[in-house]
Amino acid sequence: MRPGARTVGAVHGAALLLGLAGVGSTLWYGVDEPGNALAFGTLMVLGEFARWGAAPDEREPAPLAAAGALAYALLGASAGTATTHGVLQIVAVVVAAGLAGIVPHLARGREPGLGHLARRVLTVGFAALCFQPLYNSGAVVQHLGQGPPYALFLVLLLVLTALCDAVLAALVLRARTGFPYGPLLRDELRALLGIGSAVCATGTVMALGVAAAGLWALPVLAVPLLLTQVSFRRYAAVRTVNRQTIASLARATEIAGCTPPGHAHRVAALSAAVGRELGLPGAELTVLEHAALMHDIGQLSLVDPVAGGATALLPAEEQRRIALLGGEVVRRTGVPEAVAVVVERQADPYREQPTAARIVRAVNAYDDLAGGEGAGAALDALERLRLGTARDYHPDVVECLARVLARGGAAGVTSVASG
Amino acid sequence: MVRIGATPPSRAVRLASVTDVMGVKVIPRAARVYIGCALLGAGACALPALRPGAATPWSTVALLAALYALCELPARCRVLGRAFGGSVPMGTGSFFPVLLAAALLLPPAAAALTALPGSLLARVDEPPAAPRRAWRAAATVRAVWAAARTADALSCATALGHGPDAPDFPYALLPAGAAALTLCLVLTALDGGIRATADGLPPRTAWRGLLGRALAPHAVHGLAGLMMAVLWRSSYGPVSALFVLLPMYISCWVFAQYHRERAAHQATIRALVQAVDIKDRYTRGHSERVGHASVLIARELGMAEERLDVVRFAGILHDVGKLGVPTRVLRKDGPLTPEERRVIELHPEYGHEMVRGIGFLGEARGAILHHHERMDGSGYPYGLRGEEIPEFARVVAVADSFDAMTSTRSYSRARPVPTAVAELERCAGSQFDPRMVAALVRALDRHGWRPAVTADESAPSVLPASPASTASPASTAPSVPPGGHVPTPREAKAPTPREAAAPPARAADAPVEDPDVRSRERA
Repeated sequence: MRPGARTVGAVHGAALLLGLAGVGSTLWYGVDEPGNALAFGTLMVLGEFARWGAAPDEREPAPLAAAGALAYALLGASAGTATTHGVLQIVAVVVAAGLAGIVPHLARGREPGLGHLARRVLTVGFAALCFQPLYNSGAVVQHLGQGPPYALFLVLLLVLTALCDAVLAALVLRARTGFPYGPLLRDELRALLGIGSAVCATGTVMALGVAAAGLWALPVLAVPLLLTQVSFRRYAAVRTVNRQTIASLARATEIAGCTPPGHAHRVAALSAAVGRELGLPGAELTVLEHAALMHDIGQLSLVDPVAGGATALLPAEEQRRIALLGGEVVRRTGVPEAVAVVVERQADPYREQPTAARIVRAVNAYDDLAGGEGAGAALDALERLRLGTARDYHPDVVECLARVLARGGAAGVTSVASG
Repeated sequence: MVRIGATPPSRAVRLASVTDVMGVKVIPRAARVYIGCALLGAGACALPALRPGAATPWSTVALLAALYALCELPARCRVLGRAFGGSVPMGTGSFFPVLLAAALLLPPAAAALTALPGSLLARVDEPPAAPRRAWRAAATVRAVWAAARTADALSCATALGHGPDAPDFPYALLPAGAAALTLCLVLTALDGGIRATADGLPPRTAWRGLLGRALAPHAVHGLAGLMMAVLWRSSYGPVSALFVLLPMYISCWVFAQYHRERAAHQATIRALVQAVDIKDRYTRGHSERVGHASVLIARELGMAEERLDVVRFAGILHDVGKLGVPTRVLRKDGPLTPEERRVIELHPEYGHEMVRGIGFLGEARGAILHHHERMDGSGYPYGLRGEEIPEFARVVAVADSFDAMTSTRSYSRARPVPTAVAELERCAGSQFDPRMVAALVRALDRHGWRPAVTADESAPSVLPASPASTASPASTAPSVPPGGHVPTPREAKAPTPREAAAPPARAADAPVEDPDVRSRERA
């Protein structure tokens, strides 16, 4: 059994239990305000269709469904009349809508994506548990009234829910990949500022809008959120295209015979893994990845290629000259300035380098020395890096690299598109 | 920087205002008069709110005006802007929901006032700033006033409900929609006017496409503005109305990021081209000119706009495979050995291998692989013949040879355009697709050839030719090509029949030189 399987199992088990309890109790006791349940359920199902065409690593592939579920969990009144639906009914509606949204995907023979549903059930259950018992007992209206404090209370609850969701997501991700928990949680929290906050804001506004204006508020508010999603998709698409182009640029050195085949990709993947291990945040990881892909680009300026492409074996001055040439080329591309700096400084002694350049330097040297194959060569290469920790390679980076390699290298843990 | 993917942002979800359209530094007199009139009109709209007996709800006006100004500030203020997403300026006019909410909530004159501080404070992209600000404020004030009048006429105030009274819902969509439409119409009409007076565009082009682009974003703004107004009036108060803005704000922010990333992507492609330049210095600017010529041909053949983008990429990247050829061979002066020639002839395959992973290039990848094929099957790498050769490859082959002949290189002087065209026509059928050659001739006839498409010139010539920008060949003074050879105007003109029929200097059966291999041997 993999070490993380227990965590994932626990999360899914809890979601399953909660879902079963919700559906069972709703079947037993009947549905309160079926009109509301139907309207929100329909919104969630329609929102689930937005999963079509989602990129595999998209943060929130169905934001409308998420916002609808949160709004239903925080729904107090509808057009001025108080509602009475409870936590279990909310969970039941979310489960039903989620399953209905999955049907078309199953019909097309695709992955059903039950992980998403489990997370959604737990998150919405948390929000509903915080709000509905208080509201249905009358405590909320009694203490906060129907004015601005009520609205702020809803926002507070949603912030708590978002935090809970981020913790849950990081937990599952850690169990799946074995990355350290801290950076994962930080990444999740930072991602909340993106589509996450739009989802939360729309959830709040939907709950308030339905309270003030009735169910008509739902379609009216769905439009801006859909627009947000479209914007995010376009952004993601152009990012992918840019990454592909940078990868092609990286392959130029291989085709020119400057570097062994696959060198740039191996260095990028391994650098990203080491960067994660060291706890670099998402944006710096992107810079690191791009810099690693392009680190050898300076060799294109040489009239004769370096034998075998292994810059790590060249004299230090020559290495720095190639690095500077590479920085010059990279500076002319549209990638952030930081990438050019990393490429430029990759051959400096580690005490003068930024962290990303230290990683690129050590990983590049490792790949050059290990020659890509053989356990003996890999161990030799690591040994030589350890001997170089006085001046060339940062000791922490080398140790990190050793840990990553001991876990089986970078296989399957990188976000770099291969091929 | 050349705009490589010159896709106009029209297909994008345009949230940015259409008010920043004045593209001139010195404002013509007609535009001054126009702006003056707009200012007077705006004053007439907003001033009634200041009259003693106007009963303007000042607290609402102040709150909405402050909110609008605050929303526009991050775009202007560098520090705040960076905190909200890098150095990308957000387009102004992303916060029309605030203005529409004001139009729905307030009487016309008061609503017009709320637009004033925000539009005066917002970012101005180009100098002169003062007239631009004045113009934008005047246009926005007028448009908001008109929108508020429309909403008033449809008795919006009662439809929105108040406090615990629920709004009258399906009906409330009507005044909101009408207000958004009015705002859009008035802004578009005023924008078209300033384009006509300031840029000197003829009236038909000034208004063309403006309305179509603006309608969808304004509809979304209208819905958001309606919800803002409803929540503002509800018992939950103005605080709850703020949350409506957050998704809008985020989508504008992402949109700005998208534009930055797109620019980055275009620069990455330029880097690919420049990497070739590093290795092969004698062809500076060649790639971009081939891209330009390929677009000329493709447009003449009536290809769709999206395919024009792809053919431009095909032209720009056609020699990218030279990165795989050893620099020593590429820079060699003097005759090549058969071995060296074989190595150079591998570059289409290298190029294809490199760009294989770039999804959006589509058909351009085939063009990169096959741009040295010949119609009679004697080309490389596969010796395809006739229609077997991808269409884009046939386009790029003609453009490549044409530019190679008309530009100065280390081993040969540039030949005048008519000679090059005659040479192409001589080899049409055996080496080149006659359709492509004919298209190039027609395009040169119509647009002339301005070879100095250099890296620091934006590329107006590759944008869709509007009547105003299409100069006749005779009136186009050719600029100095990179090689320093200045063609006389006569050379740059399209060939007259006599010139085109002039016998070529070389044997009638000799093919046009392979610009990447054979020409070098003449050195």
